[in-house]
Amino acid sequence: MSEQLVYAMEVFLNGLMAGVLYALVALGFVLIYKASGIFNYAQGVMALFAAATLVGIMKGQVPFSHLINAVFDTDIHHFGWHLPALAGILLAAAFMVLLAWMVQKFVFRHLVGQEPIILFMATIGLAYFLEGFSDLMWGSEIKKLDVGLPQGMNTWIDEATFKIFDYGFFIDNLDIVATIIAAILVFALVLFSQYTKEGRAMRAVADDHQAALSVGINLNFVWVMVWSLAGFVALVAGIMWGTKSGVQFSLSLIALKALPVLMLGGFTSIPGAIVGGLIIGVGEKLFEFAIGPMVGGATENWFAYVLALIFLVFRPQGLFGEKIIERV
Amino acid sequence: MKKTLATMALAATMVAGPVMADLVFPSLSYRTGPYAAGGIPFADGYADYFTLLNERDGGIGGVKAKLLECETGYNTEKGVECYEATKGEGALVYQPLSTGITYQLIPKTTADDIPMHTMGYGRTSAANGAVFSHTFNYPANYWNGASIGINHLLEINGGDIKGKKVALVYHNSAYGKEPIRTLEELSKKHGYELNLVPVDHPGQEQKSQWLQIRRDKPDYVIMYGWGVMNQVAIQEAANIRFPMENFIGIWWSGAEHDVLSAGDKANGYKAITFHGVGRDFPVFDDIKTHVVDKGLAAGAGDQVGNVLYNRGLYAAMLAAEAAKTAQGIHGTADITASMMRDGMEALEINEEKMTALGMPNFGPSFKVSCMNHGGPGLGGMTQWDAAAQKWNLISDFGPSDMEVIQPLIDADSAAYAKENSLEAGCK
Repeated sequence: MSEQLVYAMEVFLNGLMAGVLYALVALGFVLIYKASGIFNYAQGVMALFAAATLVGIMKGQVPFSHLINAVFDTDIHHFGWHLPALAGILLAAAFMVLLAWMVQKFVFRHLVGQEPIILFMATIGLAYFLEGFSDLMWGSEIKKLDVGLPQGMNTWIDEATFKIFDYGFFIDNLDIVATIIAAILVFALVLFSQYTKEGRAMRAVADDHQAALSVGINLNFVWVMVWSLAGFVALVAGIMWGTKSGVQFSLSLIALKALPVLMLGGFTSIPGAIVGGLIIGVGEKLFEFAIGPMVGGATENWFAYVLALIFLVFRPQGLFGEKIIERV
Repeated sequence: MKKTLATMALAATMVAGPVMADLVFPSLSYRTGPYAAGGIPFADGYADYFTLLNERDGGIGGVKAKLLECETGYNTEKGVECYEATKGEGALVYQPLSTGITYQLIPKTTADDIPMHTMGYGRTSAANGAVFSHTFNYPANYWNGASIGINHLLEINGGDIKGKKVALVYHNSAYGKEPIRTLEELSKKHGYELNLVPVDHPGQEQKSQWLQIRRDKPDYVIMYGWGVMNQVAIQEAANIRFPMENFIGIWWSGAEHDVLSAGDKANGYKAITFHGVGRDFPVFDDIKTHVVDKGLAAGAGDQVGNVLYNRGLYAAMLAAEAAKTAQGIHGTADITASMMRDGMEALEINEEKMTALGMPNFGPSFKVSCMNHGGPGLGGMTQWDAAAQKWNLISDFGPSDMEVIQPLIDADSAAYAKENSLEAGCK
């Protein structure tokens, strides 16, 4: 087998893994859009906020400590505890539920029946608010996030592929974990939306708010639940990305990676987010490998959008999106 | 009533005598956005040094220093807005802390007769003061940094790096591309093979780049990164088991927050510097006594001694020394921006002065002149000790290869002069 083909196989596998990480972010968008028709611009910032909250809780950091110290001339920073990762994750998830409730109570409850563009603008406002709020609450320094996930080259894959191809493939242990978690998450979300009472209520609300209300579905509860789920997905994405780079402002920019995934997979399909993520991940990595060196490299950011646009030409609703038919 | 108040105000002014205006130092900072982790310690160091001068010495030459901080978010448009908003406040010198903002401000500051100091960043050829009359980039620039990196490789290879493979991992922006020409010229001279590996903003995902490095197996990697790109690159290098001692970052890729998230795996990573690291300098005792303990620190006081805090402090010290020089030249403590420019052009920093300021061996000795706004281009090498969680200076401040760099500066500045119909020359 030629050397280039072996390299391409390694790139392909890494593209799949990167695609899973993109899909994790895209999932949060899909959940909210599916249930409420809102394109949640704040999803990336929610990942940052969730991860910062997790680090803060685990390290026992006093929230708003800079503000408190400046106002009251005190010098408090820590509660003095260090929580294990699981407890931290559970508390951070609970905090995201609280955030979901607040978002619903103070923002979207007042915007029921408004045009989608108004709701979208509200999420832009929410994104900027959360950015500042996160800085104020937990500080803007880079935070190391360690919840015990393995990182670095998987030695078993390296050795196994070396025996076959005379070249060991690099696969990051963190990417393998992310793939397993994403698979479990998608499976659980599909089961939830198809087979539980709450999931069916979520789908009913997505189909028609008024009709759902008329049969006694509590719209507020469903929306809080959906924002909570999106918050939990944001927490998972924040953990995966934050483990790689530390928790910092740039985490909020991972939303940019999810947009082409959504365009390709469709805004309303959970499996679509996964398949879209995989196609984008593999496509951009293979393009960078094959064409990148000829055009000066750094093609991934723009190529993902080009790939999504090509799909849009042939299938505007995305691969798995619902076809919109409007009759005159 | 109005007349009475006016009379009282006039009388009060006469009793107080002539009041000196503050010496205004704008700080175009970024405490928010994707690069805040780097912007905050620099801004804190810059602010704290002026606070120290005010509290300990009563200002500069008896006149208080006033800091005007304006948030740019590392955004070029906002940076220009900050400049326009603050230049009328008596601004003496600008430190844009962004290459993009620097490029926009070069013609503006020249027209407004306000000097600009771009220490270790900005337009490298601004070192030619005959063309860039109001831009200064002493004591070192990007091209010096590239050469210092290669000099280090020469040093650890017994002076011969012929046939070695060097990869440049760079932020795919004007900043990141700056060293390419210098490294290409140096590769012709020393016979190493240069591979270019660009990383798009923000650099959160670099799998392709590090797979390429793993395949190409370079002997050394030099990085020109900023923000999250640094942390991800160091983590990815650790993941592919690239030897950290062969991984060298420019000074914008060598702060504590760049290496801490990779933990022990970052041990041995190197970074070029043009100033001292750590807090083992007397000036930090003064900062503690006169600034932090009095509750006057710009931030929470937790950045003191960090690499980028030290850089901000160093920039402020150079600005203050230039202001003192300007006061001496013009015989007045109440200097203008134009006078400040003269002070910067006549600035001399030597070890005696640095020791007196509580910063012995903190940076190189140098003299600025009209022909040389870039200083000597000296730099040293630091290395990260993950166990102790600190940077150590592992070399002296050595020279860069001006034989290669000077012709590049001359060519680029001449092209700028031609494009802008400028007549180069010193007054």
